[in-house]
Amino acid sequence: MIKIAVVGLGKMGLSHYAMINTHPDVEVVGVCDSSSYVLGVLRKYTGVRTYTNFEEMVDTAKLDAVLIATPSRSHAAMIGTALEHGLHVFCEKPFTLDVRDAERLTAKARDQALVTQVGYHNRFVGAFREVKALLDAGAIGQVTRVLGEAYGPVVLKSKGATWRSRRNEGGGCLYDYAAHVINLVNWYVGEPAGAGGTVLNRVFSREIDDEISSTLYFPEGRTAQLSVNWSDEACRKMTTRVTIWGTTGRIYADRQECQVYLRDTALIPTGYESGWNVRYTTELTEPVWFYLRGEEYSAQIDSFIQRIKERRADGVNDFASAAVTDKVIAMMIADARQGASVLAGAGARESGQTPSATGIPWWRRLRDRRTPAYSGNT
Amino acid sequence: MMDRLLFGDNQFFGVNHMSEEKARVQSLRFQKLDAVIEVLDAACDEGVRTFMCTTHDRIALVCDHVRSDPSRYADLTFYPGMPYAHKYANAVTESGMLGAVKRFLPDEGLMDAAVRGGASLARRDIEGMTTLLIDAEMTMFRGLCTPVIFLQNVVVDLLLGLNFKDAFRIFADHVKDRYGAEPGFITMNMPALLDVLEELQIEDPIVCANINKIGFRMCGGVEAYEAALRERRFRAIAMSVYASGAIPAREAIEWVCAQPNIRSIVFGASSRANIRHTRELVSEYWADLAPLPRRAPAEERLQV
Repeated sequence: MIKIAVVGLGKMGLSHYAMINTHPDVEVVGVCDSSSYVLGVLRKYTGVRTYTNFEEMVDTAKLDAVLIATPSRSHAAMIGTALEHGLHVFCEKPFTLDVRDAERLTAKARDQALVTQVGYHNRFVGAFREVKALLDAGAIGQVTRVLGEAYGPVVLKSKGATWRSRRNEGGGCLYDYAAHVINLVNWYVGEPAGAGGTVLNRVFSREIDDEISSTLYFPEGRTAQLSVNWSDEACRKMTTRVTIWGTTGRIYADRQECQVYLRDTALIPTGYESGWNVRYTTELTEPVWFYLRGEEYSAQIDSFIQRIKERRADGVNDFASAAVTDKVIAMMIADARQGASVLAGAGARESGQTPSATGIPWWRRLRDRRTPAYSGNT
Repeated sequence: MMDRLLFGDNQFFGVNHMSEEKARVQSLRFQKLDAVIEVLDAACDEGVRTFMCTTHDRIALVCDHVRSDPSRYADLTFYPGMPYAHKYANAVTESGMLGAVKRFLPDEGLMDAAVRGGASLARRDIEGMTTLLIDAEMTMFRGLCTPVIFLQNVVVDLLLGLNFKDAFRIFADHVKDRYGAEPGFITMNMPALLDVLEELQIEDPIVCANINKIGFRMCGGVEAYEAALRERRFRAIAMSVYASGAIPAREAIEWVCAQPNIRSIVFGASSRANIRHTRELVSEYWADLAPLPRRAPAEERLQV
C-alpha cells in the first residue's frame, strides 16, 4: 500500500481526498489543513488522522507521497519540503508562481528519481487525448494554428473573499482557467518561442484578471491564440475547447467530443474517414475505479499511483512538463506589461512592408527583440 | 410505490453528457418557462407523472406554476434531488468552503457559531447545518407532493469517498422525519454505495445509478452492477439508459428492461413525441407499465 497524505482541503483537495481514499493501492494516513473546523469534522466523522502543521506531518506520518492542493502560493515551499523528505508529489495546478522555483524543484525531483505530477486533468480527458493521438499520427498534416478557449461563470460580480481573488496568492483567471488551456497547447504543439498581444483584463475583479487573450508564437510559423474568460455566465460550468488547423484537416475538441474534418489528402487514421468524423466521450472514456466528478480526475490520480508503483519518474504532467506551462504564464505576464506593441499611426511609416519582407523569420526577430523579463509575482 | 417511468430534467438545463452543442441548443429551447411547462404537461398527459428534478433556481418557477393550477397537476409527483451542485461549486470558488455554506444557509448566525466552535464542534452542529441546508433546498417544493427526496451523486459520491457515512444517516432521518419522505441516493458507484447503505442499515434503499448496456459511468463494472441487481435488496432506478444517445433507443431499452429488479427508469426528453416513444418502447418490455395515467386519491399524497 502506498501511504499518502493530503494537504489543503478546499474544493480540489476534498475531492482528491475522496477519490484517492477509495483507491485500492492507497492508504491515506493523514490530512492537513489550516482550518481546524474542517479537520474537526473529518476527524470526528471519518476517523482520519489530522494535522495543522505540514512539516510535522511529513516528519512523523511515515509517508510515501503527498497530494498538495493548497493555495498556489504555498506550492513551491511545500513541494520543496516534501522532496527533502524523499516523497513523491502530486500537486494541484499551477505548479509554481515563479519559473525559478519550477526549474529548481523539477531538477531536485529528477535527481532523486521521484514521481511528480501536476493536476492538469485535461490530459486525461478522452476527447483531448484523442486530439493528441491524431496529431501524433499526423492526421491533419502540419499544424499551422491552434485556438485554445476556456469560459465559465466564476467571477460574476465585484466581490471575492478567497485567495483566488488575490494576485499574490496565484489567483486570477490566468492561473485558474488559462493555465489549463496553455497546458493543452503545450501538449499539442510544444513550448512557444514567444508571446504577443497578451491582455490580462479585469471585468469585475479589483486586482486580478478575469479575461485573457494572447498569441503564442512557435517555430515554423505556428501560432496559438488563447481566449479565456471566467466571468462568462453563458457557460453553465467551465468549458474548455481546442481547435487546431493543419494542412490536411481541422480538429475541434471539448470535454465531451472530438470533431475532426479530414481532407482527401490526409493520412486517415484507422476508424476515421475523409470528411467529418465525430467521437463522443462515451466511446473515448476508459472506465475508472471510482467516479466523483469526471473520469479524468480519477484517471490522473491512478496514473500517479501506477507510476509510483513502477517507479517511473517521467510521465504525463510531470514537473518538467508543468514547468513549461509556468514559463508560458510568466512570458504572458511580461508581455501584458508591455501593452500594445504598435501604436496608432505607426503603421503609416512602414506600410507595404510585411513581416516576411525583412527576410528574418519572425521568431528570430522576436527572440532578438525580447528577453522574457519575468521576476516572480506581479 | 414508485412509478416505472420517471421524467428527468437535464434537458431543461443544458445538461448533455455527449455534446456541448446539443446542450446549448437545449438551453436555448428551454429558455422560457413556457417551453418547460409544455414538455412537462406532455409528460403528464402521456402518463409520466413523476418529475425527478434538481433544485435549480428555475425549478422553483415550475413549482410555482404547478401550485397555481392544482387541478391540472393533481397527479404530479416531484422527486427533488439536491443540491444543485454547480450553484455550490461556483460559490466555493468565489467565497471559499465556509463562505459558500454560509451563503446558502437561511440563518447565518448558526454557521458563525459553528466556525467559532472550531475543532470542538459538537455532533448536533453538523447535523443542524446539514438539515438546514436540506430545508433551504426544499423550500421551493412547499405544498407539493415529494414522497422521495434524493441526494445528488456529486454529494453522495463525495461522502462515499470520504467515508463520511453518518451523513447518509443524517440525510435519511431528516427527510423521513421532516418531510415524511423516503431518502433516495444517486450515485456513479452503485456497488460501493450499496455496501455502505447496508452497513448503515438503511433498508431497501432507493438508489438511482447509470445502468446502460455499454457500462457508461458504471463504476465497479457492468458485472458488479448485474450481480447487485440480482442479489441485493434495494430499489434500483436506472438513469442514463441511452448513455447520452450512444446506444440506439430500442437496444438500450430492451437491455435495461431485461435486467432483474429495476423498479424505474428515469429519462429526459424534449418533446411529446419522444416521451411517447420511450413510453411505448418500455411498455413492450415491461408488461406492467400502465397504459393510462391513474388519478391518485388526494389523501394518498404526502403534504410538505
